[in-house]
Amino acid sequence: MAGKPSAAELKDYTEQADAWFKENTVRDPGFMLPLTFMEVSTDQQFDFLRDWQRKVYEAGYLGASWPKEYGGGGLHSDYQRAATRAMKKYDAPIMLNAIGNGWAGPLILDLGTEEQKQKYIKPMLSAEDIWCQGFSEPENGSDLGNAQLKAVKDGDDYVLNGSKIWTSLGDRAKYMILLARTDFDAPNKYAGLSFFLSPMKIDGITTSRIKKLTGEYGFVQTFFTDARISADCLFGGEGNGWSMAMKTLEYERGAKVKPVGGFFVKELDVMEIVELAKTSLRNGKPLLDDPVMRDKMTQYMIDIQALNLNNIRRRMPQLMQDRPMGLPLMNKLARTELIRELTEFSLAFQGTKAGYYVGDENAVDDGYWHRSYLNSFSATIGGGTSEIQRNIVGEHALGLPKTR
Amino acid sequence: MDNLGTIGTTEEQIELLDVATNFCRDKSPVDKVRGLIDDDLGYDPSIWKEIGELGWLAIAIPEAHDGVGLSMAEVVPIAEQMGRNLMSTPFGSTTLAAQALLAGGSEAQQAQWLPKIAAGTAATLALREENGDWDLSNIDVTGAVSGDTVTLSGKKQLVQWAASVDLIIASVKIDDMVRFALIERSALADGALRRETVIDETTRSYEVTLDGVTVSVDALFDADRTRETLEKIELAAGLIHAAEMTGGAQAVIDYTLEYLKTRKQFGKIIGSYQALKHPTVNNYVEYEKARTHLYSAAHSWGEQGRGEVAVLMAAAQAHSSYATAADRSIQFHGGFGFTHDCDAQLHRRKAIMGGALIGDAAYQRSKLANLLFD
Repeated sequence: MAGKPSAAELKDYTEQADAWFKENTVRDPGFMLPLTFMEVSTDQQFDFLRDWQRKVYEAGYLGASWPKEYGGGGLHSDYQRAATRAMKKYDAPIMLNAIGNGWAGPLILDLGTEEQKQKYIKPMLSAEDIWCQGFSEPENGSDLGNAQLKAVKDGDDYVLNGSKIWTSLGDRAKYMILLARTDFDAPNKYAGLSFFLSPMKIDGITTSRIKKLTGEYGFVQTFFTDARISADCLFGGEGNGWSMAMKTLEYERGAKVKPVGGFFVKELDVMEIVELAKTSLRNGKPLLDDPVMRDKMTQYMIDIQALNLNNIRRRMPQLMQDRPMGLPLMNKLARTELIRELTEFSLAFQGTKAGYYVGDENAVDDGYWHRSYLNSFSATIGGGTSEIQRNIVGEHALGLPKTR
Repeated sequence: MDNLGTIGTTEEQIELLDVATNFCRDKSPVDKVRGLIDDDLGYDPSIWKEIGELGWLAIAIPEAHDGVGLSMAEVVPIAEQMGRNLMSTPFGSTTLAAQALLAGGSEAQQAQWLPKIAAGTAATLALREENGDWDLSNIDVTGAVSGDTVTLSGKKQLVQWAASVDLIIASVKIDDMVRFALIERSALADGALRRETVIDETTRSYEVTLDGVTVSVDALFDADRTRETLEKIELAAGLIHAAEMTGGAQAVIDYTLEYLKTRKQFGKIIGSYQALKHPTVNNYVEYEKARTHLYSAAHSWGEQGRGEVAVLMAAAQAHSSYATAADRSIQFHGGFGFTHDCDAQLHRRKAIMGGALIGDAAYQRSKLANLLFD
């Protein structure tokens, strides 16, 4: 494993990365770029982002600290961090292959066989093989552990029947990480689950695009009808599906496998909303002269600052004595709800223009704010709804009895 | 925005947090708090003596005046834990009087009073008047200067702990300018203090009649320190009340949780019902934001610009989260919540008092907006 770079080496590398992203980053290709990998809607967007990821990978700025023998750069993770900082600095587009690079890749590097590593890692980094995730089902959204998609062993195959939903990039993907039920008589619902690295382009698997509330596409529903996959696709052994699925979530923290680099989601910069408020007018006067708008904006500033500082405070045990899990557990709830409220609030700045949407020349910022507001629900619903989050905080941080 | 600060702690602050957490919990159980409601003095003199001996009144006083030489940042954990345990004493008013002296007092005035305060002498501020305005410069009490003597006239309201203090620092108008006068309580006439019936039964508050009271011109703060003094009082009061209210919010949420975890209705522990669980989580989230802002304000204390913004955010968030958490605590206790025996009302009343004394959350936000957007 490559050693830690000296300050001089890191400085050289950072300068190279900065120069590369400065020269190669295209921020405005002439159409709206997705802010997250879940919002890739058109072929134009998909092709652009796939090319971009390949270009970044080939330049050595993605997977720089993944093992060289499988297609990575073999460098210390400080190098990748410097490259990711350069991407942020030049406001580069997102990395497209989020499920591959962020979830499946680390899992395979951590627990996969040599053959799996050779087969999957490099084409995942270059975005040649797009990956998707099959966890949620139409009838099991918040209750992931209750997944019912059936995988029945038949000779050297498993036969899949059922359906998965909210599959980002599902119609473009070559592989899916799949949570399926192999044992319907297991002692508890989790023990009956198994984890597969399933091909997508086979008979019996079809996808149907889901039109989002924004009017765009980005997710599909995936249907499995007697789809046969090789038993080699099983990952982690029968009955270990739940722990494999939970592991994929752990890799985000980068403790076990070095982070691949880049980012799959662009966080909305809330200060942009403040700037919009400051420059907006109402009745010919500055919007923030209106006492109601002024007070609301001030409360939001208090909220924004609190959440920013919470991220620092949660690493200060001396100020976390009473309920150490409180801040970490509430973060998703507080952050996603605030962004939903703020993006909604931004529509109130626009007067009559609030009536326009993406595609009309009269829309403020090309409809960015409306789209952001409508898309904000993906975060208050996805990954455990805010209502589920309140149960989690109530039960695990405050010790209230379970709701069910 | 470069007037947004960050968060951090000092070693002394965290030591004081530990000590104050235990002290206030042990010395101020709620039956004692309730016992003091009917007591004239309103606090336990032996605890007040201990607070003095612990050096807590000396924390933010410079060493040159027999103080510890730390800052308001280190006072915060103490006020927080006092608020959490509804421990009522003249600690807050005395600390604020010391801050006023530090901002506006002459060297001689500081030398006369700060060592006494550091050693445990209680003091208070007399700022509020009949007009009910939170604007500290909107006052009508006057001082007429004749030779070396200033003769005061008018009434001050909501003077905390006036019957227990040796020193009252009052804002008065002299020649149409706001000034501050050091008044020894012993100089007040008999009957000058009227105990007010205030919403918070755990504090003691007085209307002070100043008609005919005279002080020496030497007992006035210098005129050109008025602005600085007003600002310092507002900042220190905002911080100390934010600390008390944040501690109070934590207490009332814990109190509510205790009930939600034990009370059964329709065969179920009521805390399992989302109608009670979810708003309690929301209140808890708001409380944690308040605590983050509180320790950010403590950290930013003394930073020009950032300090003001941080304190206003802390005060606004503390007041709104305390008021809401206590309001919901009454409701969630059902019939018991409607009784005086339920502690939820102690907190709800205290939150109203906190807002009345320094300006409620909306008032804090209106001042904050000026710093953020103008």
